[in-house]
Amino acid sequence: MNALSEKLLGGKQGAIHLAILAVLLLVILPLCLDLFRLGLVGKYVTYAFVAISLVLLWGNGGVLSLGQGMFFGLGGYCMAMFLKLEASDPISTKIQTTPGIPDFMDWNQIVALPWFWEPFKSLPLTLLLVLGVPVLLAFIIGMAMFTRRVGGVYFSIITQAIALILSILIVGQQGYTGGVNGITDLKTLSGWDIRTDSAKYWLYFVNASLLILCIMLSRFILTSKFGMLLLAMRDKEERVRFSGYDVASFKIFIFCVAAMISAVGGAMFTLQIGFMSPSFVGIVPSIEMVIFAAVGGRMSLIGAVYGTLLVNFGKTMFSETYPELWLFLMGGLFIAVVMFFPEGLAGLYEKYAPYFSITSLHTRWLKKVQKVSGESQ
Amino acid sequence: MNPTEFILTIEDLTVSFDGFKAVDNLNLYIENNELRVVIGPNGAGKTTLLDLICGKTKATSGSIKFKNTELTRLAEHQIVRTGVGRKFQTPSIYENLTVYQNLEVSYPEGRSVLGSLFFNTTHAVQARVHSIAEEIFLIEQLNLQAALLSHGQKQWLEIGMLLMQDPELLMLDEPVAGMSAKERDLTADLLNRICKNRSVLVIEHDMEFVKKIAHKVTVLHQGKILAEGSMEKIQSNETVIDVYLGH
Repeated sequence: MNALSEKLLGGKQGAIHLAILAVLLLVILPLCLDLFRLGLVGKYVTYAFVAISLVLLWGNGGVLSLGQGMFFGLGGYCMAMFLKLEASDPISTKIQTTPGIPDFMDWNQIVALPWFWEPFKSLPLTLLLVLGVPVLLAFIIGMAMFTRRVGGVYFSIITQAIALILSILIVGQQGYTGGVNGITDLKTLSGWDIRTDSAKYWLYFVNASLLILCIMLSRFILTSKFGMLLLAMRDKEERVRFSGYDVASFKIFIFCVAAMISAVGGAMFTLQIGFMSPSFVGIVPSIEMVIFAAVGGRMSLIGAVYGTLLVNFGKTMFSETYPELWLFLMGGLFIAVVMFFPEGLAGLYEKYAPYFSITSLHTRWLKKVQKVSGESQ
Repeated sequence: MNPTEFILTIEDLTVSFDGFKAVDNLNLYIENNELRVVIGPNGAGKTTLLDLICGKTKATSGSIKFKNTELTRLAEHQIVRTGVGRKFQTPSIYENLTVYQNLEVSYPEGRSVLGSLFFNTTHAVQARVHSIAEEIFLIEQLNLQAALLSHGQKQWLEIGMLLMQDPELLMLDEPVAGMSAKERDLTADLLNRICKNRSVLVIEHDMEFVKKIAHKVTVLHQGKILAEGSMEKIQSNETVIDVYLGH
């Protein structure tokens, strides 16, 4: 049990960092911010799920997926489909040609609910699919890529292409998916109105707690032998293979875990923001998420969360004043990270934090005192 | 002879790359507890032979039997699990891990995804890491990052990683390349020690080193066996002198 808690928390140091993050997200921010700003933080936290999935996959596994947005989006769409069906009950949609189906279907002359919407009538099934659909897609992509030993840049490009295909598919199939507008006008979750202030607070706390849980799950993976093997594969894949490990199965597994974590973020996004659209599925969001992870530190689970929060605060502040400059700044930021601090904020912290720690300040102060007293003698 | 007496039986093995036969109709038999050295000029097919045995390259035809298991149809990791370990020509270790972690991660348990997630470093594992580290002269460097080792030490570490798996057949591709004279002597001792309860197949160019370790030498030339026998016999063989050793 002790060993397990140590693995989940990542030792004393890891536990402290996790506790600080938890206090910040669960206590300090809710106390300091108004509901609108807190809602923004909640939105950023959903991106942080993707960032920590990239820490697992990219930072530790050396597999750069430029298509994590599709798992975020799929998780979000699965949630949105459930909420949309609940919002489209026959009474509130009675002015439609076909009452009881989502409004965008009615606008597209669809007269019956498509078969793949059926499972989203049930909440337990929906929750299962929120995780299951992205994991299944990741499993198929992983099987196709990793067993054929597609890796490196090729894997990145292919995941990017799949993300693009998926977003085009969603936009193109307007009658089934809501098209470019996405799925909007979501109201209740099993009768619980998600638009009220109290619901927003509740969802914020659920969201932040899930993030902490996902960090703990990731810690467990990274501190196990599996985590060490991930690093080993990143270093020398051949050596791992010729040490008796089936490299492909390890990569498929971590790709599926990363997809699952991203999907949780997507589902929480839908619940908090109240819609899901293809703009969270394609290439741009997928690459943005990589930048969040890189800025925070691609080796650090906690760092990736801070990176996501900071970049997004920057984005919100900057794009309020200079909307056209933001993209250039973001690009510049990414180049700066790659060139000057490849380990991101977490790397800077690890490098300079010891210098500012209490013990080191204390020893320096002692030295100074000794020096002064030595001189006075 | 009865084929089951050999740990490794290679028969009619051929691999051709676009018509070029890197290994051509090769027959090779390795006995239990034997230390065999394969020598030959560049391009003779030595490394290709190891690639074929460990599954990195697929054979065009022929058979490789290890303890009566046909290896040519197995995937790389399955071949390793039957008990074949292979060291690469350039030291291939995990530079970002410590020496200890390099050895620990090579321990042959927790090899599946779930197995590795719930793998516990028991005292048996720790004891094994320490005893292997002692054997490969790296006991002082256990907590050092592997990238900081010298070239020779990296070679030893990779041998150690293989020893962690306790393979019945150990294949080493140029284990003393880039080593100092003293390191070579230590490595020769190491190989003589570790071949006590396993078979070892070594590719090497350094004839002084070969003399120290070989039970039997096989000379490869253009994918075929040119000569086979004891070191003295090979050194006095006229054709071997012509194509490889020189006058």
